[in-house]
Amino acid sequence: MIARLRQSIPAYLFLLPWLIGIIGLTIGPMLLSLYYSFTDYALLNTPEWQGLHNYTALFHDSRYLQSLKVTFIYVGVSVPLEMAFALAVAVLLNRGLKGLAVYRALYYVPSLLGGSVAIALLWQQIFGSDGLLNDVLGLFGIHGRGWISEPGTALWTLIVLRVWQFGAPMVIFLAGLRQIPDEVLEAAEVDGAGRWQRFWRVTLPLLSPVVFFNLVLQIIGAFQAFTPAFVISGGKGGPSDSTLFYTLYLYQQAFGNFKMGYAAAMAWVLLLIVAVFTGLNFVLGRAWVFYGDEGVRR
Amino acid sequence: MKRVLAHVGLTAGALIMLYPLLWMISASLRKNTDIFEHPGLIPEHPTLGNYALGWTSTGTSFGVYMLNSLIICAAVVIGNLLTCSLTAYAFARMTFVGRKTLFGLMLATLMLPAHVTLIAQYSIFRKLDWIDTFWPMIVPSFLATDAFFVFLMVQFIRSIPVELDDAARIDGCGYWGIYRRIILPLLSPALVTTAIFSFIWTWNNFFSQLIYLSTRTKLTVPVALRGFLDATGSSEWGALFAMSVVTLVPVVAVFVIFQRRILAGMAHTGLK
Repeated sequence: MIARLRQSIPAYLFLLPWLIGIIGLTIGPMLLSLYYSFTDYALLNTPEWQGLHNYTALFHDSRYLQSLKVTFIYVGVSVPLEMAFALAVAVLLNRGLKGLAVYRALYYVPSLLGGSVAIALLWQQIFGSDGLLNDVLGLFGIHGRGWISEPGTALWTLIVLRVWQFGAPMVIFLAGLRQIPDEVLEAAEVDGAGRWQRFWRVTLPLLSPVVFFNLVLQIIGAFQAFTPAFVISGGKGGPSDSTLFYTLYLYQQAFGNFKMGYAAAMAWVLLLIVAVFTGLNFVLGRAWVFYGDEGVRR
Repeated sequence: MKRVLAHVGLTAGALIMLYPLLWMISASLRKNTDIFEHPGLIPEHPTLGNYALGWTSTGTSFGVYMLNSLIICAAVVIGNLLTCSLTAYAFARMTFVGRKTLFGLMLATLMLPAHVTLIAQYSIFRKLDWIDTFWPMIVPSFLATDAFFVFLMVQFIRSIPVELDDAARIDGCGYWGIYRRIILPLLSPALVTTAIFSFIWTWNNFFSQLIYLSTRTKLTVPVALRGFLDATGSSEWGALFAMSVVTLVPVVAVFVIFQRRILAGMAHTGLK
C-alpha cells in the first residue's frame, strides 16, 4: 500500500491545481453553503443557526413558488421546442444538400451570441410595443402589443429567445446523423420502409444516445438561465414576477437583500431538482436510449 | 425540384433567424428618429455617429471595458489550457490510488449547478479581499475548475496511441517529458477548441462579472453594456445598438476565423 501510494505521487503532482480547485472551490464551498443554508447569514454577521427554518420558509414564500412555476414552464416548453427544431433542421441538412457548411454555420450563430447582454437588449426592443415584431405584424395589418411589458406574454419572449438558439444541439445532432451508416437506411428502404418509417424505426433509435445527451445538457442549462431575464426585466423579474426565474430570485435574495442563508437553501433545492431531473432522465433513458453494442432490439 | 424547395426553405429559415441581428446592425447606423420608422434593413441616412456617441457616453471610454474583458479572457484561456491539460493527462495516462473515485468526482462536477457553490465562494473571495478585482474570474481557471474542458481533453488523449508514450519512456522521458513532448503537441486540436470556447464563454459571461465588479473603470463589456441604459436613458437606442454590435464583434470574429474548429468541437462533445 505504501509503495502504491508512493507510485501515486507524480500523478498527484499533475493533479495538484485540480485538487486545490475541487477542494477549495467546489467541495469546500458546497459544504459551507450547506451550512449557511441552515443559518441566518447577511454576509457581515456571523451565521446564526436556524435549523430548517430557511427551507420551510421557502415553501411559504409566494415569490419563491412563483419562481419555481416560471422556471418549470420555461424549461418544460423551451427545451422540447428547441430539441424539435434542432432535430428537424439537422435531418433536413443531412440529406446531402450542397452548402451544408454554410447553413450549419448560419443556424449556429444565434447559439453563439444568444446568451450575451447585447442580444437580451435587442430582444427588449424587438418585443417592445414599438418594436420590430409589431412593425412586421403591422405590415400584415395586425395590431401588436407590448409583448415584454405584459405579464401574459413576457415569459414567452424569453422562451422564443432560447428556442432561437437551437443551433448548438443541432450541430450535435448532425454529427450523430453522420455516424449512421447509409447501408442500414438502404436496407430498410429495400425492405419497403417509407421515409417516415425509416426515420422513426431506424434513424431515431440509432440517434437516441445523442438525443439523450442533448436533453440532459439542455435541461440542466435551462434550469440555470439567468442573463436574458435579468437584463430584459431590469433585474426585477417583472412584469408582475412573470419572468422571475429561479436563479434571478436567488440573485435578488443573495445580492439584493443579503439573505445569504436563504439563497444558499434555494441553491440546494435547485441542486436537488436538477439531480432528480437528471436521474429521471437516466432511468427513463433505459427504456428508449438504444446503444448499438447492445445488439439489435426487436 | 425537392432540392430547390429544401434550399428555399432553409434559406428562408436562416434569414428569419438572422434578421434580428441584421436589423440591429442596421439600427446602429441610423439616427434615433429613424430607428423605429420601418422594419426594413437599409438605413436612409447611414451614419456612424452612434458609434462615436456610444463609445464615450457612459463617462468611461468603451475601450476600457473592452480591455478589461480582454485581460480576463486572456488569463482564463491561459489558465484553462495549462491546468486542464495537466489534469487530463493524469486522468488519461497515469495510474494512482483513488483514480476512479476522483475521475467520477470530476465528471460529477460537470452537472453541478454553479449556484450551489456561489454563495460560499462569494464569501470566501470577500474574506480574501478579492471583491471588485479580476481574481474571482481568473483564479478558478488556474485550478482546472471547468470540468468540461478536462473531460474534452481526457477523451482526446485516450485517442493518442500509448505506444508513443512507451517509445518516449524508452528514450528516457519521465511523465513530465511525455506530457511536454508527446501529449501537448498532439493535443493541440483539443487545446484550440478549449481556447476558443474559453474565450467566447468568458467574454459573454455576465453573472460573475456582475456580482464581483463594481468600480466603473474595472467593468467588463457585458456589465458596462447593461449599465448603458441607466447612464444614457432609453432615448439613445442607436448608441445602445452600436455598442451592442461592438461587444459582439470579437465573438463573431473568432467564429468566422475558427468556424470549422468550433463546429467540429461542438460535434465532438456529443459523440463520446
